[in-house]
Amino acid sequence: MYNEKVVEHFRQPHNMGKMSEPSAVGRVGNMLCGDVMWFYIRVEPDAGGREIISDVSWETFGCTAAIATSSMMSDLAKGKTLDEAIAITNRDVADKLGGLPAVKMHCSALAADALNEAIHDYLTKQARPIPQALAVRHERIQKEMASLEERYKAFLSKDPKAQQGEAPACS
Amino acid sequence: MIPMPERVYLDHSATTPVARPVLDAMMPYFDARFGNASSLHEFGREARRAVDESRQSLASALGASPDEVVFTSGATEADNLAILGTALRRTQGGHLITSQIEHDAVLRSMEALRPMGFEVTIVGVDEFGRVNPEEVRAALRPDTFLVSIMAGNNEVGTLEPIGEIGRLCRERGVLFHTDAVQALGKVDLPMDSVDLLSASAHKMHGPKGVGLLYVRRGIRLAPLAHGGGHERGVRSGTENVSGIVGFAAALDLALRERAEVTSRMRRLRDRLIREVLKIPATRLNGHQVDSLPHVTNFSFAGIEGESLVMKLDEQGIATSTGSACSSPNLEPSHVLVALCVPLSMAHGSLRVSTGRGTSDAEIDRLLEALPRAVAELREMSPFKVGE
Ligand SMILES: Cc1ncc(COP(=O)(O)O)c(C=O)c1O
Ligand code: FES
Repeated sequence: MYNEKVVEHFRQPHNMGKMSEPSAVGRVGNMLCGDVMWFYIRVEPDAGGREIISDVSWETFGCTAAIATSSMMSDLAKGKTLDEAIAITNRDVADKLGGLPAVKMHCSALAADALNEAIHDYLTKQARPIPQALAVRHERIQKEMASLEERYKAFLSKDPKAQQGEAPACS
Repeated sequence: MIPMPERVYLDHSATTPVARPVLDAMMPYFDARFGNASSLHEFGREARRAVDESRQSLASALGASPDEVVFTSGATEADNLAILGTALRRTQGGHLITSQIEHDAVLRSMEALRPMGFEVTIVGVDEFGRVNPEEVRAALRPDTFLVSIMAGNNEVGTLEPIGEIGRLCRERGVLFHTDAVQALGKVDLPMDSVDLLSASAHKMHGPKGVGLLYVRRGIRLAPLAHGGGHERGVRSGTENVSGIVGFAAALDLALRERAEVTSRMRRLRDRLIREVLKIPATRLNGHQVDSLPHVTNFSFAGIEGESLVMKLDEQGIATSTGSACSSPNLEPSHVLVALCVPLSMAHGSLRVSTGRGTSDAEIDRLLEALPRAVAELREMSPFKVGE
């Protein structure tokens, strides 16, 4: 199901773990779908004075694809300027991994979202203007998380015993 | 280079290797005795004799008559035939009952009937995955014509009280079907209370692509495959002669070895449970005692089952998960949901299923690799266990 590149990143993930005193954190995902991704970034000026993501790390609760895309995304974002990092898409991550199964594309979307949120968090903390593209994505991500949250609550309140005559939660 | 250790296969609920004696019994029917069992000539008669003898052998193992056995392409088809075959003989709709933990072959067959005007009640299960016969009784209606409850669950192993459920259906003149794919050859089946029963060869060290539906004498089914009128008109199609021979050999072997194999399986299962539950934040899904001997299901908080299966695969150990969240609705396994497994645990499930050849040494390999795999994945997860 997964190609060797994906398996390699899964087996030996890069930049895995919590960061102490990060500049910002992006948290996406939900317990219902079993995908939760936290991205930590450190933002610092480089030798030329440009503001870059000098360090990235992540913690992920998810499938093989979720872990592999976390790893690949962290590689891609490291050393990039904020604008460059914002421009990284989930397609880029999936392509760099040599492709993902169609049903697993949403895991790569999660990595792009987590990085987006981390940068959003950084700019917000700095009280800096948010680029349009970033703001639009932030809104979409927050909306999706809220709707998942709704489904999560609905799901929890659904007493299986009371589901008689209804399709089970799975189908 | 470090030699790769022997691969360990602990996914026998998915499928099993064909046992040597089974393969030996099948081989002649691929070439030397390749005839079509419907042909008049000796090639055909030879194949017919093999089918007849296999049918006789499977029937007697089930405590049934040969005319009560319908061969199919597997249990999926047998489940479909039991459900759709009884429903489609009715002139107007009607009511069916099943449970939340059935195989998709049963659940989806029932779902397929809804748009045709049939009504379906899906009863729940307790925390161990057991159907309460009283709940089935309460769900019976005057127009209920079929109840389908599996004998043993393929994901968590729980055994269902099918004897009791079958008896109460009989009292009310309702047909009772059971999917006995995982149970046949491993536990006693109360055939007296069963009207229809599905089984599959590849779960018992037989070949893939052959199964059967036991149909109690007197029950008429609408065929799903129309054609040359094979299997008494219920299931047309040239008989899978080698497969049928293999199925009979597999069940025969399973019954001959049953005492020895299932007691070993139970011992391995007990050991597995004892050792795995030492890993923190772990639970057993299903019933500790009232279970199939070969299926054991655990959950590990904070990690995802698919990743765990991949980690173990790295060590050459094959297992499976009920929580591959590749399903578009993102919800965990319907079986684990039905058992009310806490959501924090439902995604981290691991199914270990043994076969006739599984050894202590193989369980040792799993027990050695598992705690490390769980620890590594928890290290990656934002949900730190115990924090
Ligand atoms: C309980 C149960 N029913 C039905 C099936 C389907 O059987 P088959 O693969 O023979 O179609 C399986 C196996 O996948 C099973 O475990
Ligand atoms: S983490 Fe659930 S599909 Fe990727």
